[in-house]
Amino acid sequence: MTDRVGRHSAAKDVAATLIIPAQGVPDQNGNGVPGPDGPVRRAAGRHAASRPGSEHDGPRRRDAVQPETFAGQAEVVSAVRGASAGPGPAARRSARGSASAVRLVWVYPDLLSTYGDRGNLLVLSRRARLRGIDIDPIEVNSDQPVPQQGDIYLLGGGEDLPQILAARRLRADGGLAAAAGQGSVVFAVCAGYQVLGHEFGGVEGEPVAGLGVLDISSGRGDRRGVGELVADVDPVLGVPRFTGFENHQGVTRLGSGARPLATVTMGVGNGDGTEGAYAGKVLGTYMHGPALARNPGLADLLLSWVVGHLAPLDPDAEEWASQLRAERLAAVGG
Amino acid sequence: MRARLATSLSGAAGRVSRLTGRGDGSVIGGVLGLRVEPELLRLLAADRQVVLVTGTNGKTTTTRLITAALGALGQDVASNAFGANMEAGLASALGRAPDAPYAVLETDERYLAAVIEATRPRVVVLLNLSRDQMDRAAEIWLTARRWREALGKAEGCLVIANADDPLIAWAASTAPQVTWVAAGQRWHEDSWCCPECGSHLRRDELGWRCGECGFDRPPTRWVLSGDSVIDDSGKVQELALALPGRANASNAVIALAVASYFGANVDQVLPRLRQVTSVAGRYTQIRRRGRLVRLLLAKNPAGWLEAFDVLAPSPGPVLLAVNAQTPDGKDTSWLWDVDYRVLRGRPVFVAGERRLDLAVRLEADQIPFELVEGIDDAVGRVTSDELDVIANYTAFQQIRAILGRTE
Repeated sequence: MTDRVGRHSAAKDVAATLIIPAQGVPDQNGNGVPGPDGPVRRAAGRHAASRPGSEHDGPRRRDAVQPETFAGQAEVVSAVRGASAGPGPAARRSARGSASAVRLVWVYPDLLSTYGDRGNLLVLSRRARLRGIDIDPIEVNSDQPVPQQGDIYLLGGGEDLPQILAARRLRADGGLAAAAGQGSVVFAVCAGYQVLGHEFGGVEGEPVAGLGVLDISSGRGDRRGVGELVADVDPVLGVPRFTGFENHQGVTRLGSGARPLATVTMGVGNGDGTEGAYAGKVLGTYMHGPALARNPGLADLLLSWVVGHLAPLDPDAEEWASQLRAERLAAVGG
Repeated sequence: MRARLATSLSGAAGRVSRLTGRGDGSVIGGVLGLRVEPELLRLLAADRQVVLVTGTNGKTTTTRLITAALGALGQDVASNAFGANMEAGLASALGRAPDAPYAVLETDERYLAAVIEATRPRVVVLLNLSRDQMDRAAEIWLTARRWREALGKAEGCLVIANADDPLIAWAASTAPQVTWVAAGQRWHEDSWCCPECGSHLRRDELGWRCGECGFDRPPTRWVLSGDSVIDDSGKVQELALALPGRANASNAVIALAVASYFGANVDQVLPRLRQVTSVAGRYTQIRRRGRLVRLLLAKNPAGWLEAFDVLAPSPGPVLLAVNAQTPDGKDTSWLWDVDYRVLRGRPVFVAGERRLDLAVRLEADQIPFELVEGIDDAVGRVTSDELDVIANYTAFQQIRAILGRTE
């Protein structure tokens, strides 16, 4: 139990220390002071250099960012790092207890991994390792017990029948619900997102019981939502605009215990103008793409909830993801 | 009379399509034909020995191999050889060969039930089922369920099916008569669970079985073993195909099983299969600016897995090209279901309309790569004599069009 307590205090400590402008770009003074939209408290630091402009600047990014700007941002980054007075990532992770690596639990790839959502695991692993954070990926098939000591649990999308089987087994197993109750991070996509809720629509649209770890209920809509999805993220989370690809027939209603993850500007999402849901560190979304490949800011948010402040990435390491985001958002006029 | 009029209209439209460079001319002709005569397919298929070939991957190649195999019977064979595999393309192919007593028809997975109904086939070949173009295709378990219903009603029809793919085995098991082929399965990501009851499947060297409901791999009569075929009499012969890769060896064994049903034995057929070197541009080697370029079509994760298997030995360079137009599927997420680490050590070039998706994907696997503008840019950068190209559907067609032009 000690590692649980340690992890929580570490995350809280980080949340209290960092303030970064809404657009994620420290100003030219390098102070990381509030941007034009006012201050946003973030759960953790982000890589300032990864987003030299707002998303709308994406396509012009190469022109907009001059070498001296990169140099300036490098200073900004160290200033931000210096401002976060708490212990560094290594110290924080040791505060989590004996575990040295972040335990990434990939839940039921044999049932819920049909739409490329494995990419979320790969992106989280890559972004952690680029920062020198060890990752311990754990794949749990549906005939195995779900461990309760994971740091981040990932669920992907799947077809109707596998989704029903997954919900049934996860309910019987109890491991994921227990982990969520203990404050572990859960990130679920599409069918996995629905499974987190109270119920969802089965093969013929009949209600099927979910895990109930997120206060949402899903059913079957009139038509399938297929296409690019763009959504503005709840500012509290401090993550840039979402871009993803949705492919589902689900309609999701949020109860009072969950907040929408984002507001849809293009696409269907939950069906009421919102997209995804979260409560504490349990998040769900309809976005494939995969979600964390298209939205590395969200990946970093999840990681920061476990390890605290994240060291910034080398701009080169962000280059392709930034270009992809810019291209996708430009392609749909987002 | 209406059928004949529709057939000639089809032919004219197909020529226009070819001339205007919109494709092989196969689909557009058939679309017109079906508008004129909805029963065209039924009329055109009547009194022929029809073989339908379906599955996620290998349809076009297997159709080509079966067509070549049935050539041993010494009679004409109608076939939609260019992959136009919906009802319209089928009608178009039959209309072009009105007197052929045999027809080998590649059939889109989604249309199999309707095409069985219309053509009353003697043989239905089921190759494999895996995730493909999830934005527009039905979920594959639902596809398998529809096949089951259609095959259960298909009297007088022999199903020749791959016993190593559990979803295929489940789909075929309602058919009155099945010849099972041990054709192998490299891609397991869509068959971890029992299609019958959903329990986790167990696999060992003997095959697969469900520990809960007992559904298991059926006994096979034809076997792919290494590069050899073991026929239904137990005789072993080396395949030695010109087409590369294990997937094509599987396709060839299935073609041999089909030909055997119609009375052509392995000794007669095998030389014909060995003469197939290229299928609708796939596996074609084209000289371009002093380099030998080889084209591989791969449209989904299972297809990419098979394509990696036929690459020239490392460190042979490879160009990966991905688009996301409607025929490709508009969701590129599947790129993350492919393990690219096998490409380590090769020069890798990345092109296509969605090359940035590939770039992000390769970065995550830490595969060094170069972004290029297209095939000629890649050809200009390679330092070795040969370049392998793996492309999905429209990216493949674009590259073919460029390579088909004079330099």
